[in-house]
Amino acid sequence: MITRRGFLLLGLASTSVRAQLPPNIEAIRKAALEEAIRKVVGNAEVRQGRVKLDVPPLIDNGNTVPLSVEVESPMSAADHVKAIHIFTERNPQPYVLSAYLGPRSGRARVSTRARIADTGAVTAIAQLSDGSFWSQSVRVVVTLSACLEEGLI
Amino acid sequence: MARVVVHVPAEAKRGEVIEIRTLAAHPMETGFRRTQLGELIPRDIIRSLVCTYNGVEIFRAELHPAVAVNPLVAFTTVATESGTLEFRWTGDNGYSATHRAAIKVV
Repeated sequence: MITRRGFLLLGLASTSVRAQLPPNIEAIRKAALEEAIRKVVGNAEVRQGRVKLDVPPLIDNGNTVPLSVEVESPMSAADHVKAIHIFTERNPQPYVLSAYLGPRSGRARVSTRARIADTGAVTAIAQLSDGSFWSQSVRVVVTLSACLEEGLI
Repeated sequence: MARVVVHVPAEAKRGEVIEIRTLAAHPMETGFRRTQLGELIPRDIIRSLVCTYNGVEIFRAELHPAVAVNPLVAFTTVATESGTLEFRWTGDNGYSATHRAAIKVV
């Protein structure tokens, strides 16, 4: 037999349980980003430097964010950038763009426009022909998020 | 109707590094948005852009839902010989667009 007091306590208990289990979006997305980077890089070490990621630090509108990546490289047949990958930290999916270049590119430079859902890091990783990986991360602040619905997933 | 805009310099010196800017008219629907009735809008994006220079592939890009609407991709190449640059976009729901641009190398 459930008394009124017992019923109220039950309700209180169930809401407190729910409050203890928030969907841990941050950890899920961080894991997704790490997995995405791991997929590109494998077990190789990712070093900081050589890559210059140009992105405005304060973004008014996350729906179109100009991104530009340039890598220091002679772009010769022996030493060139094979690929440039761009990731974001807080989007539902970490991938933005993967560009595949070669010695005929002349310069290792790619520009695009991205959607960025929330304040967080944008990472560019360059794969060189010698098998090394270089990266740069830039922290950006987004005032108007791309697709507010994404934030609820 | 697939509409694209490509900017390639009409003339370049041999060995010069030229910048190519491409823009395709496309909604780039992410697949994460919902209608007012709560139904998920299916994903509809351009998946890849391939650029060939006289038949040889010089650039390839894989696009994801995080690329903004009307995807712009700009890159560089070395002007080696006169000829045509061909751009091919492919995407979800059978989307496909091609564009050819002539370049004169002096």
